[in-house]
Amino acid sequence: MTDAVETPDAVRLGDDAAPSRDLFSKFDPLIAEREALLATGVRDPFAIVMERVTSPTEAIIQGRRTILLGTYNYMGMTFDPDVIAAGKAALDDFGSGTTGSRVLNGTYDPHKDCEAALREFYGTEHAMVFSTGYQANLGMISTLAGKGDYIILDADSHASIYDGCWLGNAEVVRFRHNSVEDLDKRLGRLPKEAGKLVVLEGVYSMFGDVAPLPEMVAVAKKHGAMILCDEAHGMGFFGANGRGVYEEMGVADDIDFVVGTFSKSVGTVGGFCVSNHPKFEVLRLVCRPYVFTASLPPSVVATAAASIRKLMHAADKRAHLWKNSRRLHAGLRELGFKLGTETAQSAIIAVILPDQEQAVGMWQALLEQGLYVNMARPPATPAGTFLLRCSLCAEHSDKQVGEILTMFAAAGQAVGCIG
Amino acid sequence: MTDRTETFAKVAAEIEPFNKKGISLTDATTFAGDLEWDSLTVMDFVAAVEDAFDITITMNMQAEIETVGQLVDAVEKLKA
Repeated sequence: MTDAVETPDAVRLGDDAAPSRDLFSKFDPLIAEREALLATGVRDPFAIVMERVTSPTEAIIQGRRTILLGTYNYMGMTFDPDVIAAGKAALDDFGSGTTGSRVLNGTYDPHKDCEAALREFYGTEHAMVFSTGYQANLGMISTLAGKGDYIILDADSHASIYDGCWLGNAEVVRFRHNSVEDLDKRLGRLPKEAGKLVVLEGVYSMFGDVAPLPEMVAVAKKHGAMILCDEAHGMGFFGANGRGVYEEMGVADDIDFVVGTFSKSVGTVGGFCVSNHPKFEVLRLVCRPYVFTASLPPSVVATAAASIRKLMHAADKRAHLWKNSRRLHAGLRELGFKLGTETAQSAIIAVILPDQEQAVGMWQALLEQGLYVNMARPPATPAGTFLLRCSLCAEHSDKQVGEILTMFAAAGQAVGCIG
Repeated sequence: MTDRTETFAKVAAEIEPFNKKGISLTDATTFAGDLEWDSLTVMDFVAAVEDAFDITITMNMQAEIETVGQLVDAVEKLKA
């Protein structure tokens, strides 16, 4: 035992001891920037608390009724009575959580049923549920592309796609956002015999623009690449069955893997991948973000399954969501705001502001009137832009969309970003 | 001119449109520190170098490259 308490000379503090260094010092510029911003008296855009949530489209924030226009709750399923009933029943029957991995004690009947619902919804042979959408991308990308393989991704890809690249051992090449020509050029320079995974998104969530999937898929196939398409912001309201942009654009047969999330149109939390690849099921054994984490609570997967099955027959909701999106886009444009897309391409409408001051000013002016939107800033945004991102819900009424436009007009004039 | 000198000159020519402060270039010039490039500028610049030499500089390689000299060496290796 005496050995253990003796301190070796090498670790005794002496003249040549290394100075202690605070690992947080690298965050000093960000801390200073935030302090300066908050010192101007604005509210912290990243510290909003919803005191009560009264519907998919309204909440109480600081005692005020607030219309929610930044939730990605596209199909408004969060308060659907059938969805809530399914969750309550699973909570009663299976308890509050699984306390285990999907591959050990964490697969319950509701998990298998949720995967069955996904197979029905997507018409695929296989479906695999992850604990979050982030983990679905992390797991799929890091596992599919191994050492010596290449991942080719869009420069504006979501953080979960980039992080999936860093978690794995593949070589990573990126192409200019939505540029078919650049994708073709980059694929053409890679070794012919190497394995290649092209990662695309149906809707890019910052500007709300869609990818030219038919052209990109054709180029990827020409170079022998497999294709993964993230439909996080497309599921529920693109395509005849609501599967996503890839369905609407008619390229379903050429996409090898579709990744999605339960935290947007489905209205809960979780992620998934669906595929027809004959060897797909092996991923359950080799995909680390699937294996080394606890599975979703049974109530969560039960709500997801109920919601997914309802989304299959939600044509009326889809139509109303598109109507809302087009109306908001046209209305904001008419007011003189600069928007991320020429037309409403998705249910995300991004208002582009010149700097952080105007963005925070607008954001706060809207909140004070009773409207919540997302504020996004670099590095999350492309080209260093400051955005107010509006995401519409199928449950926003015509009256609410009217109120939203009135509030934008008042806030824009007050802040001085429209005439 | 040796191959490396030639490559350096070609890389320097690609840097020029992004060299807003007119920093004089040596092997030791850093992209983030001396040239003060942000990630978006880096992306445009890398694309320009890739096109100029018809090579692929993967993001994995980019993470290791901090100076002009390191980039020139990487380009030399890639076009060989």
